This record gives sequence, structure tokens and C-alpha cells, in this order.
Amino acid sequence: MIRILRQIFRTGVITEDVLTPEDEHIEIVGDRLEEAVKKLFRGSLTIRQVDAGSCNGCELEIHALNNSIYNCERYGIHFTASPRFADMLLVTGPVSRNMEIALKRTYEATPTPKLVVAVGNCGCNGGVFGESYASLGGIDKVIPVDAYIKGCPPTPTALLNGILKAIEGKTKP
Amino acid sequence: MSMLKDAIISALGADAKFRDDYQRPTSVAFCTVPKDKFTEAAKAMKKSYAFLAAEWATEETPWFGIFACYRWREEYLIVKTITTMDDPAFPSITKKYLPAYRFERQIHSLMGIMPVGHPDLRPWIKFEDWPEDAYPLRKNFDSSKPLPYIKGDYEWIKADGEGVYEIPVGPVHAGIIEPGHFRFQAVGEMVINLEERLGYVHKGIEKRFESLSWKDGVKLAARVSGDTTVAHSIAYSMAVESMTHCVVPERAYWLRALFLERERIANHLGDLGAICNDAAFAFMLYQLSYLKEIMLRTNYRLFGHRFIMDRVMPGGATVDMDEQGKKEISAELDRIAADFERLVVIYDESSSLEDRVRDTGRLAPEQARQLCAVGITARASGINVDCRLFNPFPPYDRLEINVPVLISGDVHARVWVRVEEIRESIRIIRFILENIPEGNISAPINKPAPDTAGFSAVEGWRGEIIYWLQAGPNGEINRCMVRDPSSVNWIGLEQAIQGNIVPDFPLCNKSFNQSYSGHDL
Ligand code: SF4
Repeated sequence: MIRILRQIFRTGVITEDVLTPEDEHIEIVGDRLEEAVKKLFRGSLTIRQVDAGSCNGCELEIHALNNSIYNCERYGIHFTASPRFADMLLVTGPVSRNMEIALKRTYEATPTPKLVVAVGNCGCNGGVFGESYASLGGIDKVIPVDAYIKGCPPTPTALLNGILKAIEGKTKP
Repeated sequence: MSMLKDAIISALGADAKFRDDYQRPTSVAFCTVPKDKFTEAAKAMKKSYAFLAAEWATEETPWFGIFACYRWREEYLIVKTITTMDDPAFPSITKKYLPAYRFERQIHSLMGIMPVGHPDLRPWIKFEDWPEDAYPLRKNFDSSKPLPYIKGDYEWIKADGEGVYEIPVGPVHAGIIEPGHFRFQAVGEMVINLEERLGYVHKGIEKRFESLSWKDGVKLAARVSGDTTVAHSIAYSMAVESMTHCVVPERAYWLRALFLERERIANHLGDLGAICNDAAFAFMLYQLSYLKEIMLRTNYRLFGHRFIMDRVMPGGATVDMDEQGKKEISAELDRIAADFERLVVIYDESSSLEDRVRDTGRLAPEQARQLCAVGITARASGINVDCRLFNPFPPYDRLEINVPVLISGDVHARVWVRVEEIRESIRIIRFILENIPEGNISAPINKPAPDTAGFSAVEGWRGEIIYWLQAGPNGEINRCMVRDPSSVNWIGLEQAIQGNIVPDFPLCNKSFNQSYSGHDL
């Protein structure tokens, strides 16, 4: 136990302000995100992530949102296991034909108003997998999408930015 | 001196025709056998203790080719047979080799060739709502059109008896993970059988390769399984390079090894954290994912991508490392190694964790051997396999790689293999930083000649990745066979979970951490 405590103190608080290194004009996303979540979702935005056929690269970055550096919980964002409690669906991948039904069902199980965010180049338009017998292309080919986050995979910062834009209702494809 | 080749020759004599003008590199033996000798070849391989590494089919109008790739230590041998298109069938080798079970179901589902004598011909990857005669890997299949939907059923394995019940899980799981379906038969808490159903993220990757140029293929290879992007890019590139006799500069190889080891450490750190988290020890998850994040950021700063995606291509690498970069990596490793060692002590001393990971999800060495397991899974169950040791590219040929092998086959063993591998990878990277030769980082590459084939095997962080590429009559990609380690190891999970309690499934599953995307392709 003592070792655990020591390691915790040695590490300290490592959570960072979220900047946008990809953007030329650096802005702090975090504060705006926290405010938007507070105002629009009473301080708690619940996300259900759905992999509709991704290569799993996008999942790695979505995972990273939960690590102690990005620590998305501090803005009131958390990931839920059930679509029934979700405010937002974060959907990755080109929609594979074999996931089409599961994605539709997840969408139907989510209470309205539901925000759908397509993640990654694949989620936006099918990416390298395109459209074929097995891949139906971007998420909006199967369910309505409110916002798009580009990148292969989008970095955690880009994801937070995208989520912010989605709840502010500003993104267009 | 080739043991496998000798075994084939002594079993089949002149029936096995060896060719060394078709497939590269020539160190991988290649022979054709008559169809009725295909099983006999498998028998001879089994007797020589060889593993079945992969089995696949191609269309080479006017016939289909069936290939089986065997491995024994540093040797690979590929046996090919052909079948006519009006009666597409070949003798199944599933009764000799367990992993053929899924390879052959896949050949049957996607290429429409009958493995005669296969015990279970339920479709695999191809779901019940696909038209039965849709064989995407055939040449006359129009892959650009969506498939119509039909009504169909999948027959699950059933269990009867007092108190037996069934738990279906997925495809959409609780958590940020890939989709797949698991069906447990359980009595009380105990799992008596697990049946996996995979194929949900099948994106038609192998078919798509056939419409790409050799150059663009590497982009797709990099996205077969995102967490293994470096290893897949290297494997694809090496297969192309072998076909074109490209001489890759030393420095490029060393850079690839650097990327590969960084990918290994980052994924192992993430896995170790996730495994501990599934045993309710969240402290480790947060600590280890922080270390992982440090690595990804260094990757981004030095190589322009957090997962070093698209930085390897046929002919070499696209990004170099300067002196400043070396210094940064070296400082980063010092930091990670120090924290990591402290965390390992905590893991080791935590008795409640030990209680969960020891003897849980045990894959016995005999089972692993039968399944021809690869990678971490194999090494945790007593099998000494590692392409870096047996099929090294520079600098691995100059390093004495320590391959950790444990025999307990439980969750702890899979944890400990990862721990040792992180230590070893740190050592390898330090060696690279000190000794990397100067020079170019890429060489020009030609188009492969028509009617040739190329092979490569690369040790990704999960295990051995195999690519087999074939150029068609016009020098285009006729077939790209990708064998991710997950394609063989998934069955291992089915075996390992039997007799465990249902609540331990996430823990076992995490300790295997197989790729869905790499399996489903
Ligand atoms: S956008 Fe990139 S990382 Fe995400 S699923 Fe597609 S290929 Fe993978």
C-alpha cells in the first residue's frame, strides 16, 4: 500500500489544459466544453461509443480521453455501457455490412434528443475502406449524423474539440 | 538443410514439385502437390512437429489454388494444390490441424471451395443474411455493389441439462471495444462452453487490396488493425520488397525496428493497465496509460503521428530520426523504465491481484500447441516462437533477443510475458539509438513481375503477422492474404475460458486482447 501511495504522490496531478496543437490559433477548449456541458446537459454528458467497423485505431484515441492527462470526466463527460442512458453516440468506422443492424438498433435504443458524432475519416466517408460489398461507407449512410470529426485517427484533442462543436451544433460535413 | 522440405520429399517423393522461381524470398520453400496428396503433406508436417501458420485460397483462372503454410522454428514451407472451377473442392486438413478449422470455413464462405471432410461447414465471416452464392474473393464477384439481404439462420452450439443456461453477449459490448458476439453456456457461475461469433467488422480488406496499386496497398495494410499499424505496414512492405528484389537500406530497417518496438511497448503498457483494471485495480490503469500517453506524444513530436501510422512503405521508411530525437527518446525511456519498474513491484506484491490472475483462463501448453498459437499467447503457454528470433531483419539479427517463455498459460503468464517484453524492447531501442547506421532511409522500388508471389512474417506486438502477395498475369495484385495473429489465437480464448467463472471472462479476454478487425478483415 505504501508503495502505491508513494507512486501516486510521485506522479502528482498530471491532467492538462486542453490546447489544440493542430490549430494555428491556440485556444483553450476545456473551459468552453465544461460550460457547454453544464448549460446544455446539466453538467453531465453521457456518451455511448459504437464501433461500427473501425480498424480499432479510433478506439485507442477515444480510450485516451479517459486517461489522466485528458481526463474528460472533469468536464462532466463520461462513457456509458448502455445506449439507453446516452446523450450522444460516438460512432467509428466505415459501417460494415455485418454491423449495420446492430448500429441501427443501438441508435433506436438511444433516447431522443440524441446526438450522433461520426468519428475518423472512416466514420465521415468510409476512409480507405470506401464502399463495397462489405463496407457501407460513412456513418451517415446508415443513421443520421449531427457532427463529423476527421482524422485517422483523430487525436484526443481533436475528439474533445469535435465533441464541443457537436454540442454547440456548429459542424457541417 | 531444410527439415520440412526433407519431410515432404520423403513422404511424397516426386509428387511434391518444389519451385524456387515463383515465390520470394527463396528461403521459404514452395511446392505443389496433387490434390489427393494435400492431407498427406499435412500428415508429414504434423509428424515433423510443424505448426500450421495459415491456409488460404486464390483464384488463378481456370483453377483455384489452395495453400497451406507450415512453420517449424525458422523454416516456413508452403504447400499448394489446385482444384478445377467446375468442381471446387479440396481435402480438409482440419482433422490434422485444428487452426484449419476456421481457415477452411473462411475459404468455403468467401471463395466457395468445399473442404471435403470438414466437420462444421457453417459459414464464417459471411453472415446468414448474405446470399449463399456470394463469394467475394472470386474474380467474377462485383465487390462495388452492395449485397442483397436474404433470410437465414445461424445454428448455435447448444447445451442441455439441469441448470444449464445461456448468456449471449454483443456484438455491441459494454465499453470502448470492438464488436463481436460471445455465447456462453454456463451452470451456476461456471462456463462450460464459449462460442465466438466474429466477422462483424469484416470490411472486405483482402478484396480491396486487389483493386489497389502496390504503392497504395501499404495504406490499407496500415489499417488492417489500427493498434498494429507499424507491424502490418512492415509486413506488407517486406512482402513487396521480396518480390521486387528491392535492397532496403540498413538504416530504414533499423528505423522500422525502432517503430516496431515502440508500438510493442505502448500496446503492452495499455494492455497491462487494462488487465489490472478488469481485476478492479484501477490504479495500474491510470499509471500505465499515463506512460503510454508519454510514448504516443513522443511519437507525434518526432515522427508526426501518435501511432507512427504511414511511416513505413515499400522500399524503406518515410521519416528519419536526428540526434535531438535520439536524446529525446533516450530521456523518455529512462523515465518510463523507472516508473514501470516501480509499478511491476506493486503488481508483484499485490496479493488480491495475484488471486485473480493466477490459474485464471489457463491455456495449457498442449492446447496451445494443438491450436498452433502464436505471439504472447503462445509464449505464455510454453511455446518458444518469435519472428524476431527466427526470421530476423536488421538489427534483430545482431541482437541476442531474449524471448520470455512461461508455461502456466494463465492470465498471469500473459501479463508476465508482456512485462518481460517491455524490458527487452527498451533494451532493443537503446541498442538502436546507439548503433543505428547512417545512410538513406528508402530505396526506389519496381513493380513486381507478373505471376510471382512474395511472403513475409513479422513479429507484431500480438505475435506473428504473415503476408502472402501474388502478382497476376499483368503484374497487378491478384491476391493479398493477410494472417493477423488474432486469426489463430481467438480459438485459444474459447479453450481457456472453459471451467472459469463468468465474471472472469473480461479479465481473460483482456489478457488475450485479440484484434477483431485483424481477424475479420
Ligand atoms: S479513421 Fe483511421 S484509425 Fe479510424 S477506423 Fe478509419 S482507418 Fe482506423
